[in-house]
Amino acid sequence: MSRQLCTFRVGSYLYGIDVLEVQEMISYQASTRVPLAPPELRGLINLRGQIVPAIDLRRRLGLEDAPPDSLPMNVIVRTTSGAVSFLVDDIGDVVEVDEVLVDSVPQTVPAGAREFVSAVHKFDTELLHELNTAGAVAGIVA
Amino acid sequence: MSEEMDQELLSEFLIESFEGLDQIDENLLALERDPTNRDAISAVFRAVHTIKGTCGFLGLERLEAIAHVGESLLSLLRDGTIPIDGEIANALLALTDAVRAILGCLERDGTEGSEGYEELVAQLHALHSRSSADGGDDAHSETRIGEALVAQGVVEDVDVALGLIQQDAGDPRHLGEILVEQGALEPPQVREALEGQIEQRSSVAESSIRVDVSLLDDLMNLVGELVLARNQMLQWGASQQVDGVFLNTAQRLNLITSELQARMMKTRMQPIGNVWAKFPRVVRDLSTKCDKRVEVVMEGQETELDKTLIEAIRDPLTHLVRNAVDHGIESVERRRAAGKSEEGILTLRAYHEGGQVNIEISDDGQGVDLERVRAKAVERGLVTSEAAARLGERETLDLIFRPGFSTAEQITSVSGRGVGMDVVRTNIEGIGGAVEVNNRPGHGTTFKVKIPLTLAIIPALVVTTAGDRFAIPQVNLLELVRLEPGSGARIESVQGTPVYRLRGKILPIVALSDELHLTTDENVTDDEESPENEEAPVNLVVLQAEDRQFGLIVGEINDTEEIVVKPLAAQMEGIAAFSGCTIMGDGAVALIIDVHGLARRSGVLGEGAEHRALDVDHSSHDDGSVAEPLLVVEIGADGRGAIPLPLVSRLEDFARDDVELSAGVDVVQYRGGIMRLVPVARLLGLQPAPSTDGPLQVVVFEDKDGSNVGLVVERVIDIVAEEVTLTSTRGAVGLRGSVVLGGVVTDVLDVEDLVNSTSLSPPATAAMMSAAAGDASEEPVEAGVLA
Repeated sequence: MSRQLCTFRVGSYLYGIDVLEVQEMISYQASTRVPLAPPELRGLINLRGQIVPAIDLRRRLGLEDAPPDSLPMNVIVRTTSGAVSFLVDDIGDVVEVDEVLVDSVPQTVPAGAREFVSAVHKFDTELLHELNTAGAVAGIVA
Repeated sequence: MSEEMDQELLSEFLIESFEGLDQIDENLLALERDPTNRDAISAVFRAVHTIKGTCGFLGLERLEAIAHVGESLLSLLRDGTIPIDGEIANALLALTDAVRAILGCLERDGTEGSEGYEELVAQLHALHSRSSADGGDDAHSETRIGEALVAQGVVEDVDVALGLIQQDAGDPRHLGEILVEQGALEPPQVREALEGQIEQRSSVAESSIRVDVSLLDDLMNLVGELVLARNQMLQWGASQQVDGVFLNTAQRLNLITSELQARMMKTRMQPIGNVWAKFPRVVRDLSTKCDKRVEVVMEGQETELDKTLIEAIRDPLTHLVRNAVDHGIESVERRRAAGKSEEGILTLRAYHEGGQVNIEISDDGQGVDLERVRAKAVERGLVTSEAAARLGERETLDLIFRPGFSTAEQITSVSGRGVGMDVVRTNIEGIGGAVEVNNRPGHGTTFKVKIPLTLAIIPALVVTTAGDRFAIPQVNLLELVRLEPGSGARIESVQGTPVYRLRGKILPIVALSDELHLTTDENVTDDEESPENEEAPVNLVVLQAEDRQFGLIVGEINDTEEIVVKPLAAQMEGIAAFSGCTIMGDGAVALIIDVHGLARRSGVLGEGAEHRALDVDHSSHDDGSVAEPLLVVEIGADGRGAIPLPLVSRLEDFARDDVELSAGVDVVQYRGGIMRLVPVARLLGLQPAPSTDGPLQVVVFEDKDGSNVGLVVERVIDIVAEEVTLTSTRGAVGLRGSVVLGGVVTDVLDVEDLVNSTSLSPPATAAMMSAAAGDASEEPVEAGVLA
């Protein structure tokens, strides 16, 4: 059975989220920072009257912050605790993935990073990391 | 219970019952199709049971009797003792018709009508005992028409009775037809009666519908959005050169939106009488149990407030009412002995005041015995007996809101069950309200509950700190103070903790940017709000959290606005400093500050008994103990003196060169006037300190004429708030006595005496000083926002 993933880039990595989980993808939105919140929570954005927390995926995945002048894109995902926006560097295509080409995450990947990746899809040119959205929001917004 | 209240309850009962009847019909029909449908039979049983129960409460005996036999029959069906068949179903449907007819009568003229429904009752009884009975289904719906016809005065009872007998004898026709044939009435009269019947049945049910609250919430959100969109459009319109058509349209949109918002709010409003309705019953049961006589008086039960708030105050109010009956109002004998009427009066009052709803629960009972409260608080270990003795009336009354406090002599079934006044206060403060007690010993107690009209849209003060905007609910706001540089008003510190003296009271100071760990953006000057910076003005927002006040330093005060409160996503509830968020006119999100949470975070609230001591009680007592905070200063070479802090208006430094001589007294120019300096060390005969070039430390007072007077001291050591006992000393000039502070004997200065002993200033100077003293620097800004 094949599924479709919305892909995006965080740092040099290619990530994907099942299209069924994604509500929408939008360009940069000004956000309001939340004092005392964990650093991964970059702020709150106003999505047509709905207040959506924005999680910086770079920080969440332990990558360096993007240069200050770059404007992150928003991938709005429906989670059990409401809509959440993931801040990513760039938005890619929607791709079909074949279950045959899926591998679980290698044991050598540090545990801290592994909980955010539910599977690795082997593409010809690179690997597509499927984001475990529940894991990515856990502790910050859930 | 008042007539109106009865009416209110009745119409609610009618609405509910009409709905219940429709469901019964539906379920009975479902049962006929599928006799094994357990859900349907249970639903019918419940509905009939509910009607029966409410009838009992409202004193509708006939309806109750009918519902009761129906319920008995239904319980057999529900238990599966007998299966449902057509006959039973018909009888039950006839029952619903009968109930409908009675409800119709109730709605029309408030009576149950004259029809007894004996037949129906008998039939249901018969079915209940499983002996077959004649199908009387039609008869009963027809009886109603007979009823209506009699009520119209077009036929006599006897005609209807005859018609019914004929029907029972097997005439398949409707009663109306029979009567027309008998010549008792004309067909139009029957039609009229039938139409009347239909109207009666549906008028209440159709004039109101039930709507899911979540749908209202959604609509409310959308209206909030519309308000924002309108604001943005108006802002855009104001900034552009736009033509008249646009302006007109924008104006109309503006009006319609405001109207829509107001109406939308209205949909969530309910009269407080809905909560009060059950109180007469509660009071009746309770007073019977306590052997007291209590009359409940209600005023303003039509006062409306938001549905969510209605729910939230239900329990606290019930508790206050029970308390008033249990603790407040005395027994009949004691009232008689006190010369009061035997019947106590419990008054519930509600009224709007300044965007808030005030609810007063007052009794004309014995009032709160402050001594007993203090004794109980000591017994419960809430305060020490020394501390209790010092408490004033307000602080004592405050004790009853402390967890673990209950003055009931014994645990009764009524109160003293662990949910005490502390829960009442917590619940009410949880919705942004407050509770006050007004005690009239011997004459009663009044609890005043103040709550906001709604939680959905609140007035708030918008402030900017470190480039971020925050909203502070106005309910917590007391005043705004702007400290201009050079005005003399400034933030001081007590052992490194910033404080501000607001009209003689020490106010703990919290800097919002520090508390929230905010780092400023590059374009905002970093030290804009640091208390030490004397160059920039400081904006102080004075806030109230529970019984404490504190000052919050913010960068900039923007405006007051009505904000639409949106809940914080569950994830951020752990951050106690925020209670929600809102969307500003420009579409950006702003966080709403939870003043209580912030106060707790910063330590203003909490373990801080020492914070309390600062503002609780400034008076010294006859027994020589001093409860006021003392300013400890060094005088002369090695002397220590303490000055009661409330007397101090300022602490100032002066260069020694600034000291001039006037009429033989040292003076300095101070705030546009001349201030006399009192050389404390010399007056007290203490060794003068070795002269230095450092600035002169002066403690500034206002004397009784309102002039400023400065006491020259060596340096300020500390502010002490601990309780000390004053020992009278040798009657020396300028001393009130000595105390032991931090293990060191310290003289408490008698400021008035000291000032008088140097009172040589010529009248002209004094006049100038009075003028200067009027130049107060701590004027509340924008006092209007507190209204």
